[in-house]
Amino acid sequence: MKKISSAQIIKTVKEMCISAAHNLPADVLKTLKSSARKENGRAAKILKLCLKNAEIASKEMIPLCQDTGTAVIFAEIGEGLHFKGNLEDALQEGVRQGYREGYLRKSTVADPLFDRVNTQDNCPAVIHICFSKGDKLKLTLLLKGAGAENTSALKMFNPCSAADEIKNFIIDTAKKASSKACPPFVIGVGIGGNFEQCALLAKKALARTCGIYNKDKRYAALEKELLKRVNALNIGPQGLGGKTTALSVNIEFAPCHMASLPVAVNMGCHSSRHITRVL
Amino acid sequence: MKTLKTPITLEKLSDLKAGQDILLSGTVYAMRDKAHALLLKEQKLPFELKGQVIYYMGPTPARPGRPIGSCGPTTSARMDKFTPKIIKKTGIICIIGKGARSVRVCRSMRGRVVYLIAYSGLGALISKCVKSSSVVCYPQLGAEAVFKLEVCRMPLTVAQDIKGANIYGGIK
Repeated sequence: MKKISSAQIIKTVKEMCISAAHNLPADVLKTLKSSARKENGRAAKILKLCLKNAEIASKEMIPLCQDTGTAVIFAEIGEGLHFKGNLEDALQEGVRQGYREGYLRKSTVADPLFDRVNTQDNCPAVIHICFSKGDKLKLTLLLKGAGAENTSALKMFNPCSAADEIKNFIIDTAKKASSKACPPFVIGVGIGGNFEQCALLAKKALARTCGIYNKDKRYAALEKELLKRVNALNIGPQGLGGKTTALSVNIEFAPCHMASLPVAVNMGCHSSRHITRVL
Repeated sequence: MKTLKTPITLEKLSDLKAGQDILLSGTVYAMRDKAHALLLKEQKLPFELKGQVIYYMGPTPARPGRPIGSCGPTTSARMDKFTPKIIKKTGIICIIGKGARSVRVCRSMRGRVVYLIAYSGLGALISKCVKSSSVVCYPQLGAEAVFKLEVCRMPLTVAQDIKGANIYGGIK
């Protein structure tokens, strides 16, 4: 049985936080570059500035964005893996150390409604744990800023809703987000599951590689159609017009109750910070 | 490109037109949600803001030897509930933020305040324009404190000019 220590997990999560805050993932960089080539005028200029920002961030170790987000961790645990220590504690400690040593902004408040006092260490991170075959630990981290997160939406549709109603809900969510959610967006969509699973699917969709479509051809076609329609909104980079309103629309789906059809749209900004490591 | 340096007068700001790109140098006060709420509760303002420029921003901590960390704009619409009162109470003449504002706020700014937008999500790039930063008020708020920044050639776009013309549609 393979063993992993808390120290290994803490060190890995710490490095992931620091790296994600400073290095725009290759898939996002690639999509920004190809979008910049298709644009003219102000939109092209802004997309080039996004690339310049990414260059400064990684070269000079200045976070890509001042909102270094809530740390969201998906931990996939191989059944054959044995831990020395507590996994949840180790993941939280990794985030704590990463935010402190990486000079990242601590944006978490302990109580959401009444006193809203900052926890000073960006903990607790939001952690989702699941199990898989094998003996590896797969960690995926998202640094999720509030600007885009605040414009996200979930709606419980009737099972016989027309496909157009669902498409329009997704498009309208992007339209309402507009300049508030730092376009060009990465849009995570969850379809199916139940109320809470649907939101989780949308979050998982944000961790997917930009430009790689769903394995299911029907959903891949829907992703392409939605991307085309969102880009026709002319919101553009920074909301100042252009062909590039979204870099990618990623859909994840799951089985659901025969009387339900939940749809969640998790808006992501152009600084789509995601990173995966396997131990 | 048009350059502006603080202190600025409302008259000078009146030359700006919605959609125009500018470079701003001088003093800017960074503040966001909590500082707005606290300032509105003060009987007497703890520092002078009349004729000043405010910036909706909460930075990452500065690395040693640097003036500031990443420092791009935060969503302006979150400040909408405070803005008409803040304008009245402080006498600010220029706001820097990100994104569209409510019709009510657009109306309250017309004739009094010019609204500029900074590049959203480009905090590393913008940090290169900041020469110094210090906390002037509410240090207990951490990243949400009020910071006094000295900026040099900060790239901005006029989102709403003094006449109320707005790149997002605004007053309509």
